[in-house]
Formats: sequence, C-alpha cells, structure tokens
Amino acid sequence: MDFMNSRRNFLKVSALTGGGILFGLVFPSFETNDASTALADYMPNIYIKIKPDGKIVLMAPNPEIGQGVKTSLPIIIAEELGVDWKKIEVELAPLDNRYGRQTAGGSGAIRGRYADLRKMGAAAREMFVNAAAQIWSVSAADCIADDGMVIHKSSEKKLSYGELASKAVTMQIPANPTLKDPKDFKYIGTRITDVDVHSIVTGKPLFGIDTRRKGMLFAMIARSPAYGKTLGNVDDTKARKVNGVKNVIKLKNSVAVLATSTWAAKKGRDALVIQWNTTGKLENSSDHFAGFKEILEKGPTTVGRNDGDVEIAKQKATKVLDVYYEIPTLSHCQMEPLNFFADVRDGKVELYGPTQVPDQLRNDVAEKLGINKDNITVGVPRQGGGFGRKLMTDNGVEAALVSAAAQSPVQVQWTREDDMQNDFYRPAEMYRYRAALTANELLAWHQSAVGIGRGIRGDSYVAGAMVNYRSDSQGFNSNTPTGWWRAPGACTMAYVAESFFDEICLELKKDPVAFRLDFFKKAKDAPVGRVGYDPTKYKAVVELVAKMSNWGTTPDGVYRGFATWFSFGSYAAQVVEVKLEDGKPRVTKVYCAVYCGRVINLSGAENQIQGAIVDGINHAMFPKVTFVDGAVQETNFNTYNFLRMYDAPLDIEVKFVESDEAPTGLGEPALPPIAAALGNAIFAATGKRLRRLPFAGQL
Amino acid sequence: MAKYSLSINGKIMSVEADDDTPLLWVLRDNLNLVGTKFGCGVAQCGACTVDLDGEALRSCVLPVSAVGKRKVVTIEGLSEDGDHPLQKAWEELDVSQCGYCQSGQLMAASTLLKSTPDPTDQQIDEAMTNICRCGTQVRIRKAIHLAAKKLNTK
Repeated sequence: MDFMNSRRNFLKVSALTGGGILFGLVFPSFETNDASTALADYMPNIYIKIKPDGKIVLMAPNPEIGQGVKTSLPIIIAEELGVDWKKIEVELAPLDNRYGRQTAGGSGAIRGRYADLRKMGAAAREMFVNAAAQIWSVSAADCIADDGMVIHKSSEKKLSYGELASKAVTMQIPANPTLKDPKDFKYIGTRITDVDVHSIVTGKPLFGIDTRRKGMLFAMIARSPAYGKTLGNVDDTKARKVNGVKNVIKLKNSVAVLATSTWAAKKGRDALVIQWNTTGKLENSSDHFAGFKEILEKGPTTVGRNDGDVEIAKQKATKVLDVYYEIPTLSHCQMEPLNFFADVRDGKVELYGPTQVPDQLRNDVAEKLGINKDNITVGVPRQGGGFGRKLMTDNGVEAALVSAAAQSPVQVQWTREDDMQNDFYRPAEMYRYRAALTANELLAWHQSAVGIGRGIRGDSYVAGAMVNYRSDSQGFNSNTPTGWWRAPGACTMAYVAESFFDEICLELKKDPVAFRLDFFKKAKDAPVGRVGYDPTKYKAVVELVAKMSNWGTTPDGVYRGFATWFSFGSYAAQVVEVKLEDGKPRVTKVYCAVYCGRVINLSGAENQIQGAIVDGINHAMFPKVTFVDGAVQETNFNTYNFLRMYDAPLDIEVKFVESDEAPTGLGEPALPPIAAALGNAIFAATGKRLRRLPFAGQL
Repeated sequence: MAKYSLSINGKIMSVEADDDTPLLWVLRDNLNLVGTKFGCGVAQCGACTVDLDGEALRSCVLPVSAVGKRKVVTIEGLSEDGDHPLQKAWEELDVSQCGYCQSGQLMAASTLLKSTPDPTDQQIDEAMTNICRCGTQVRIRKAIHLAAKKLNTK
C-alpha cells in the first residue's frame, strides 16, 4: 500500500507541549503553536516521537506475537533516522488507521513496510539536518546526522535532535529524502536483542493476561462442549453461591460468570448446570478421513493446474506410485491462553488484549454492539504467541459483549481447555499423490487433495518443470471451524510433496539434492507453463544447505533427510540429522539455508528460523486433534502431546543467502519443509515411510 | 476464605483466599505478581513454575493451603536487579520470541543450577520439561550452559 504519496506530503509533523516533536501524529489537544496548525493538512504518519527531554521514541506499528517486529520494524526507522539504538525507546502503536495494515499475519510486516519506514526515517533525518543548517547559517550539505546529533563537518558544531526538535518542526517536509547506501547500514543486518528481553526475563506485566484495572471483574465463560450443540436451559443457582462470584450473564450461545478473581470465576463457571441441545451434526474425525478417501478414490475434484496429460503418461509408465498422506486437525495452542479486557460503558468501548487484527476487531465490535468505530479504542499488548489463532476476533468480541451486558470492566480469561475446544483449527486433510515412472524417469506428477473447508490450493515446484503435471482438489463440508495456522497451506503441502519427492528419488535411485537441482534447471531453461517461483533462488538455498551440511558425506550413525520449500516470498532448504537412541530416531541437528532478501535483525531472523523448525518438528511428531461426536478429545497438554527439550534438536545452524534485495517473509517460510525433511531422515534411519502425521505413535 | 501467611521472595505476605486456590492465582490475582504465567492449569506446560524451597514447582496445581512455611521464589524474586546469570545469559543470547513461557523456563533452570551447577545436555533434557510453543529450546539450552559458565567462573 502506498500511503506515503497519497497526499501532497507524506510526513506529518506537529509540536507537542514543552518543545517535544512527534513526527506523524497530531494529538489535537496538544497542538499549541502555529507550526502544527500550519502543518495540519499533511498526511500523517506516526512513527517517530521526540520527547521534551530529547528522548527518541520509535513506534512499532504491528502486533508483536513473538515474530520480533517490535524490534525489527523500529530498527529500519532508526537506521535511516540516524539515532543511537541503545538510547531509543520503542512503543507498540495503538490501533490507528494512519499506520496502514496493522496485522500480524502472512509474514507481511517487514516486507510490507521496509521501503516506507526507510523513507519515514530518512525524511525526519533531513529535517533535523536542515534545521541545524539554518540555525548555523551553513549549507545542509556540509552537515551530517548520526547518533541523534547533527554535526557541522568543518566547525564540528553539534546539536542533538532533542535540541533541534522545535526548529525541525518548521522545516519543509522532503518529498524524496535520500536513503542511506546499504553499505553504510549500522544496524540493519546486525544482531540486535529483542527490545523487551529484559522485561521478559524479569517477569514484567507485558501481556494481555496481566491487565489489571480498577473495578475490573474476572470472567470465565461456559461454551458448547461439542460442535453441533447449542445452549439450552441454564441453572446458575450453585454458580451464584460460589464465593467471589458477582454476576452471571447469558449470551447467545454461552454463559459468562464474573467474579473477583480468576479462580472464583472458574469455580463459578464450573458450577453452572447447563443443558446443551444437539442442534447440528455431531462429527467424528474418523468420518472426515473416510470421506476424504472416498473423494480421492472416486471424485469429484476440481482441477487447479493441468499441464500435458498425466493420464497418457500413466499408461506409458512402467510403474505408477500411488500413495495417500494424512494430516490431522491441529490446535493453535499459543502459549498465552486467550483473554481480553473490555470496558464498555456510556457508549464508549475500550478494548485491550491479544489480537493479530486489531482493525478487524474494532469493526466486529462496532457491528456487534452498534457503537460507532470512533468510540472504540483497541490497545494491543505484547502477545504470548499467535500462530494465526488471533486472526479471528472472537476473544475480543466476546469480552466486549460481556462487559456491555455487565456494565463493568472485565477481563475474560480462557482456560487451556476452553482454548483448545473453541479453536479455528488447522483443517484435517488427505492427499493422494501419483507419479508415473520408468526405470530412470519421472513422466508425470499428479497431486489430489481434500481438506475440511475450502480444500487445498497450490503446487509443488515441480509444477513449471514437468511436462505432465496435474493438481486437483476438493473442499469438505464440516461444522468444525477452521482457520489460519502458521504457514497455512504450505505447512501441510510441503510435508506431503517433499516426502513424495523423496519416495520418487528412492524409486529412481536419484540423489535428493541433485534431483531437485535438475528441476530448478528445467524450470529456468525450459519452463512448462507458469513458474511460480525463482528457480535461481531455489537453487541457491539448496546448494547452500548442501554445502553447510557436507551433503553426501554422512557421518556414521547419522541419518539425513532433505526438503525445501518456497513460501511467503522466501526460500528455505533444510537437512535434518537423526540418530537412533534405543532404536528410536532423535533429531540432533538441523541445517537451514534461507533466501529472504535483506535480513533486518540477524538475531531475530535466526530465532524465527530456529523456532519455525522446532515448531515444525513438534507438530510433525506429537499432537493431533480428534473429534468424537463433535467434541474435541485432546483438550490440554496431557493429551495434546507436545515437544519438550529432549525432542528439540541440540543445534540448528542457519545461514542466509546474502542479498541486497528488499526483505521477504520470515515468520513462516522455515516451517513448511521441516516435517518432510524429518520424515525423510526417519525413513533413512528406520526404513519406515511415514505418510501420516503425527509420527510419534508410529515409531 | 482463610488467611495465609506466605513467604514469597523473602517477604512474608498475608493473603485471604479459598483454601483450594492454586498458588498461581494467589500470586497473580491477590499479590499482583503476574510474572508467573498461566498456561495449562494441569502441571504440564511449566509456564507457572516457581521455586519452592529450591525445587521447581508448577504452581497451577498447588493449593495455597498446602504451601505452608515453604519459601516461594517467583521470577520477580529471582534476582534483585534482574542480573541473575540466567537472566543475563537469556539477554545475551536473545533467547525469547513471544516471551510468555520464559519466566517459567528461567525458574526451572534456576533450580536446576542450584542442584547441578554445571549440567550436561542430558541433565538439561531431564530438568527442562517446560513447553515453549515458539521453539526457543535450542537457545534455552545454550543459555543454561552459558549461565553455568558465568556462575562457575564467578
């Protein structure tokens, strides 16, 4: 989005009382001098704030869910602004449409904002330089800016940004500020520690769950125990007798208990006697998979891509490899169970809590409560994980409804069981993969997919390098809700496609790395139809990870698997090493090469890659959600198995392909290939080809 | 409701709570020590880990009535100025992502180092059973080794 050039000037400047200057944002009540009034027409952008004491505050516009943008986005501004990173402060921005897309999702924050934030910082820097030049009556060209100071080169005169603030406010806003030459970058590409790490390790109240307000009641909500059931009679006699319970509120399909503490709210909630009526189908996971299988065997499916003729190729083949892969339903299980604070009184709404889509939340609450958006504020604290769960706004909307009904500020707290039984799950899927083979050639690739909800779209990179390629899919109706789960689509397709690729390598006696490079060469030199990726970049990550791992020289007792995938603009290639301990594979090391354009924060970027790899190993190995009669069977970590320290690799080595290109996605791209790389390593170690997730029960 | 005198972070604190209230919620709701986190309520994830007389304990399942005279240390009391070798190592290696589980991880690690000042990888595997959904385990392991080094060269 180009919100920078949509008006005649893109940077708003206004003065704050006491000589402070805030680039971008006008607080009308603070406008005290002519300069701010004169500039009131400029398009506001709101990233840089100089406090009266000279302290520089950079605003982080996107929700922080652990992906590191509260650190990495301000790094981009700081780089161009020319400030000392150690002396600045960072604040999470509140919801304000002038910030553009304030979403945590789609690995989009850095790639969406890189160019704009550089311009923001550079324009402000030029205004400070121009202000100093005017004060000294020298040419701006003879001044430089660094570490929050403007310096006149020949006289060595200096003024700090704080000292220049009131003058800088009167400067013309540069429409095309000069950006730094990337070779002069001081911060971008270096290792910078998370801005909140000290608060995190000292247990400061950073999260939504930590919200405490005067007069606030704690609420817990009884929701339907199964999909297909709705609220019937409610007897709240016992609940109201629980010590600390203040109120019981019946919502459309749930009942809220409000109390003076979380524990009292939970005890009150658990004391409700509720009749849940069966009003819909009570579904079973076993029926989902049986239904998937039937569609994959008999159709119908819708064609996504069809190059050449896979059916003729199958007839010419000496062997048709024909296999099914199964993907279970998954919960998000972000570490911080859902919660939200809401205060709805006198036609005004204050919302504060974990959401990846604050703007959507405000719209949804406005609609539900019939209150104008202008009377709704949304504050977004640091969040204990996201993974796509909070792209849905149900937790915030529900809190607003409870507060409105109770006429009281409330903190709605979900238990883990509430969270896991009321998710928007990663949908269960089944894939049928067919390959037409001769003794040494892959003639055709045929991918068919069925999943709950809309079905599966997308293709492996073999599409574009195969004469005969077909993908088809079908959605499957269900009343079990589905949503976005980290690297949606890619996270399951990569597992299946890259495991199947390994199966083909085995059939054709090809080296998994060399054979993939053949495909990228074909896609580059003799593409078939549309090629949805850059074969050169794919080749670069595959070659880099092969080099990192000394591919081809496996140490004794070590078994390896390889996989690669392109998603969210970035390329990741991985080698997983496993050893057998008591006959069972244990992941010891993972190598990962990534092509994501320019890296902003090396420490944060590496952390995202390492985390995505552990996340992917966990979900390949351990958890699954099973529906029985519409009810989720795995409602907490005692049955929804999760990776522990022992199961994580001892080491994950990450390298980024050097690049001057603008950054591409990073929060998600390292997740998709890891399940296949792991499965392929397990096959190398045990001879078992695991075509069903999760693996653990099958080893 | 009953009155309890609890030893928390070196101070005696008195609270009024139902006897079945888990220590976790007494810390969070009664005493506003919110650094100890709620994650599962069934002693699985370890987000609520506190130090109870030197042992890592999941406070979400310990009723306040069972605490007695035992000394509780929470993340807020791990060090005076946030400079415990583990806290420093966590910062130095930039361990956290979302950060939510890390106070529990630190409390588990601090009790480990009390009993085992220089743990092996295997000892870390055994002691660190907390869940980190972001996948920071590789850095947590390295940070524990680093903190052990800091402690042992003091």
